[in-house]
Amino acid sequence: MSLEKPYLDVPGTTIFDADQSRQGYWLNQFCMSLMKAENRARFKVNERAYLDEWKMTEEQKQAVLARDLNHCIALGGNIYFLSKIGATDGRSFQQMAGSMTGMTEEEYRDMMVKGGRSVEGNRYLGEDGDAQPHRQPQGAAGRTKGA
Amino acid sequence: MAKITASVYTSHVPAIGAALDLGKSSEPYWKKVFDGYEFSKTWLKENKPDVIFLVFNDHATSFSLDMIPTFAIGTAAEFEPADEGWGPRPVPKVIGHPRLAAHIAQSVIQQDFDLTIVNKMDVDHGLTVPLSLMCGQPQAWPCPVIPFAVNVVQYPVPSGARCFALGQAIRRAVESYDEPLKVQIWGTGGMSHQLQGARAGLINAAWDNAFLDRLIADPKGLSTMPHIEYVREAGSEGIELVMWLIARGAMADIARGPPPKVVHRFFHVPASNTAVGHLILDNAA
Repeated sequence: MSLEKPYLDVPGTTIFDADQSRQGYWLNQFCMSLMKAENRARFKVNERAYLDEWKMTEEQKQAVLARDLNHCIALGGNIYFLSKIGATDGRSFQQMAGSMTGMTEEEYRDMMVKGGRSVEGNRYLGEDGDAQPHRQPQGAAGRTKGA
Repeated sequence: MAKITASVYTSHVPAIGAALDLGKSSEPYWKKVFDGYEFSKTWLKENKPDVIFLVFNDHATSFSLDMIPTFAIGTAAEFEPADEGWGPRPVPKVIGHPRLAAHIAQSVIQQDFDLTIVNKMDVDHGLTVPLSLMCGQPQAWPCPVIPFAVNVVQYPVPSGARCFALGQAIRRAVESYDEPLKVQIWGTGGMSHQLQGARAGLINAAWDNAFLDRLIADPKGLSTMPHIEYVREAGSEGIELVMWLIARGAMADIARGPPPKVVHRFFHVPASNTAVGHLILDNAA
């Protein structure tokens, strides 16, 4: 019997379960290494060389180099681990979270000040809320999509 | 005999710590958060406990994927504020209470909760931000603190019901300690927030306030809420709220005592990505 996963139908959401964790093990452990100041310094000097010290897949390394956090999460990364990359870059949790929506930093901050993203339409895949796959990217980037 | 005198519940948003550390607490954005804790700081001074039992979660700080304890009790003499990647917070070191912690560990394990005992652990914002919110910026924290870390990062995380039952076991453990100590239990994390994916920024104020209502009046019923409801309604990181049920389970009314007094309640959106909730419940004497 496989593990029950009742959380697969929540849009724009990846639950960090045992399968994700196994896939992302080295990606996340690389992130943990950035908790040490000397490692942050070495990473900044030559990101590619530092990443090559880890048993990550090439796709995981490319996702880190591109700072594509959605891609990192799809490949087994977890936000609390990935936040160490953000910290190394001098970015806040709000900047990191916002970067995953396609919104600009200002657009995301404004959304939060106005009370945050509504849950309406965003509980189940197939509804029409702003976190649904067919409405990405969000913000100005989405309005100019295909223009 | 030691006793649980009160429970405190609060979000532990890292940006709140950063705002305080960088001297931004009087900026309008942050003042709205800190104003909600003005009463609490005075209350804590007037109701100073001998020990705080602080339930929090480690955010991939002391526990990487090397080791993922579901419930971990800190039994060390002291705990350093962690470097989470931005450098350690400039806050006092946390002084533990090894004797009481060891007693609670023994008692709770003998009540069939298989705790992990931790003698070496740096503590991250999950533990230090609640202390900052409740104490401001003192030279030293007002009393010893026993850190109690819960895994809410990698699934499966413990159920609400398990957390609620654990709180009851902690209460029995405290009450079987031989010194007359006043112990507060704090539950931290939440409220609604999601830090990942296209749904990042989710806030559900109506759900959060219903959670606060039920935490006060119907904690047993609340404890049966499945994880998926937290995720769907309060965001993937809203799952941290199961930790509040540990603190609530330790209150007197759960052991057939009188209902607690609601001393303070506060709710505000936003602090960074998160809804801030805060509650103080006092055990009627």
